[in-house]
Amino acid sequence: MPKAAATKKTKQKPVPKDMAKVMICMGTGGMSAGAGEVFAAFEEGLAQRNISATIGPRSCKVKRTGCRGLCAMDVLVDIDIPELGLHTYKQVKSEMVPEIIDQHILELQPVEKWLTGDDYHKFHDKQQRMVMFKCGIVDPESIDDYIAEGGYKALAKALKMEPEEVIEEVKKSGIRGRGGAGFPTGMKWGFCRAAPGNLKYIIVNADEGDPGAFMDRSLLEGNPHSVLEGLIIGAYAIGCLNGYFYCRAEYPLALRRLEIAIKEANEHGCLGENILGSGFSFQAAIKEGAGAFVCGEETALMASIEGKRGMPRPRPPFPAHQGLWKKPSNINNVETFANIPFIINNGGDWYASHGTDKSKGSKVFALTGRIKNTGLIEVPMGITLKEIVFDICGGVPGRNREFKAAQMGGPSGGCIPKELIDIPIDYDSLVEAGAIMGSGGVVIMDNTACMVDMARFFLAFTQQESCGKCVPCRIGTKTMLEILTRITEGNGKEGDVELLVSLANDIKGSSLCGLGQTAPNPVLSTIRYYRDEYDAHIREKRCPACACKALLKFEVIEDLCKMCGICLRQCPVEAVIWKPKTKAVIVKDKCIKCQTCIDACPFLAIN
Amino acid sequence: MCAESNKECCKPKIAVDLTAANEILDQYRGKPGALIPALQKVQEHYRWLSQPLVEHIARELNMFLSEVYGVVSFYSQFYTSPRGEYTIQICRGTACHVKGSLRILEQLAAELGVEPGEMTRDGKFTVEEVNCIGACGIAPVIVAGGKTFGSLTVAQALAAIRNFDSGV
Ligand SMILES: Cc1cc2nc3c(=O)[nH]c(=O)nc-3n(C[C@H](O)[C@H](O)[C@H](O)COP(=O)(O)O)c2cc1C
Ligand code: FES
Repeated sequence: MPKAAATKKTKQKPVPKDMAKVMICMGTGGMSAGAGEVFAAFEEGLAQRNISATIGPRSCKVKRTGCRGLCAMDVLVDIDIPELGLHTYKQVKSEMVPEIIDQHILELQPVEKWLTGDDYHKFHDKQQRMVMFKCGIVDPESIDDYIAEGGYKALAKALKMEPEEVIEEVKKSGIRGRGGAGFPTGMKWGFCRAAPGNLKYIIVNADEGDPGAFMDRSLLEGNPHSVLEGLIIGAYAIGCLNGYFYCRAEYPLALRRLEIAIKEANEHGCLGENILGSGFSFQAAIKEGAGAFVCGEETALMASIEGKRGMPRPRPPFPAHQGLWKKPSNINNVETFANIPFIINNGGDWYASHGTDKSKGSKVFALTGRIKNTGLIEVPMGITLKEIVFDICGGVPGRNREFKAAQMGGPSGGCIPKELIDIPIDYDSLVEAGAIMGSGGVVIMDNTACMVDMARFFLAFTQQESCGKCVPCRIGTKTMLEILTRITEGNGKEGDVELLVSLANDIKGSSLCGLGQTAPNPVLSTIRYYRDEYDAHIREKRCPACACKALLKFEVIEDLCKMCGICLRQCPVEAVIWKPKTKAVIVKDKCIKCQTCIDACPFLAIN
Repeated sequence: MCAESNKECCKPKIAVDLTAANEILDQYRGKPGALIPALQKVQEHYRWLSQPLVEHIARELNMFLSEVYGVVSFYSQFYTSPRGEYTIQICRGTACHVKGSLRILEQLAAELGVEPGEMTRDGKFTVEEVNCIGACGIAPVIVAGGKTFGSLTVAQALAAIRNFDSGV
């Protein structure tokens, strides 16, 4: 059993062996599903019945045998009783707690109906956990725990090597940056080390701007020391005296745990002056973001740390030569740093033996959208999309709903249509298919998702987040958004698609930073695979997926209606007339066009 | 402290008690890159950045007012208009979008009679769009007064707001 982390850092008293342990998942996912109330219910219920048991929160992601990551089943509760072994309950609500206590803990009869089933185990089978492995085994707020699990061994080892040897090892591993662009990390470190000057900076990019991705957050919440260890090793290899974590303000828990980690590492001599007696000194500090997507871009991020508007600047000069405060700087993603201790501990060759030819190691993905098991997974590079969607994540839920596409790489990426579901997940195959690895956000769409609307959604995002410095991005994305909006509202014109493609290519070719250079990707990729949907909107003023509100009639298609009455039950304004064995009718005067019925109808019978 | 600050010309237009701001700014004066953390801390205390506050910060950190406003207007987490007592954040990230968050946004805004970013007449709520709060697993998500509501239908979202009691 993972060690029970005490709620408020009070040291837990040793627990006699025969006691029950209750572990409640309390990461951000768990908390929003009501883990706080479940925790309180266990506390109260156990006290009322005079039972002594350990109740502990455990980061949502993991359990000892591997990562949980299964946010869809939150709140997950493990109960470990020596006589019975470990049982896991899913979707626990506080109302269920008394029954669980009475049956399972008192009577030793686990409540079968609420236990996790096959799905839960299948979810873990094909995964390969490396950076996520320790999330949840270690108490993220205790350096002692991290050290007991072998933490900071890699740092000690690296400090006995020459800095060049460390870089050589990272180069050998073949690891490529996990922040999106996939640049070889060892090479990047080499450039920065070779840059002239004594004062250099190293930065962790924890801005995680892709909406719908939460890998970095989970790592920082689950195992902040692993990222910090990677950072210190990087600082030693490059020769940096100061480093920063640039983290989104939307992640308060991650920020708090990082702060604790830095403080404890300082107290333990793993950070600060004369680290582990090696003579090497390094300081780390945290900078909080203030809500701007573009600040994930490296030069904008550095401007933001300097206290300015977070606007990118042209490169070269590259940060390796002129970065933060005009000094040579190295920036890497959270996950990139978290991989470093593994590379140092096991050697570059060992790391390079995982994954594919050109994409080494494993990658963490956040699976969301229309998928049964939403959550976080870590898989070896080269696994197919099909294995991820169907074997690990249980496919697409709902009657008559089927997998349509996976959107990868967020606003900079593209979609993989169902015809290409056998594609191996590695940097190069994805680019070939018009998507990117990105930071690891994967949004699954089913046949009720309109691809034109998705393209519009992403463009609206990038347009809003464009910093406005360069014209192609500022005006170009706005124009593209206008065209997409008119198409989804039924006012599209013949030739709009060609115009979009031409604008897209211009914007890609002439924007200043990665935001503009990649903003048109979602549009290009949906045009590439779903041109027919664009044509249906433009020519027939019809949305084939029944998602674009302006093109919907809010009428029941009588032939398809199976008289189930779900629409009546779901409608928030009682605008549906239905009686058993009759077809439903929508009363137009009452209908507020919220589309709830369309989402709910199992037979796609409302348009 | 600016020596002028007691003269009539420098008197703030809205009366704002600057004691707390001064305490916060004391930690940041003269440090490089201090503006953003200083603004964050000051806003945390006052809920929003009124003009007298921003002017005061510029003066104290010895910066041009235009420079400070440049930063304030760039980042979406700095607010230059009053905020309701509670914030309702409606997630418009990708995962929530695919699960119909736009519908929830439209209906909540209609219910409260405001546009996103605005405060309700009675000053109770500010409705705000956000780009992912990291709870994508239970999309669509809204956060009202710090409490997260997940896997919502339109009806549930409306009910959550109608029954919103400040005791949470
Ligand atoms: C608009 C934009 C947003 C970005 N957002 C992020 C981000 O949120 N996190 C991140 O690690 N990298 C982000 N990047 C990539 C960074 O610029 C940079 O390439 C990366 O941090 C390098 O780290 P890596 O080599 O470890 O991948 C973004 C790039 C662009 C153009
Ligand atoms: S997209 Fe809504 S919580 Fe992430």
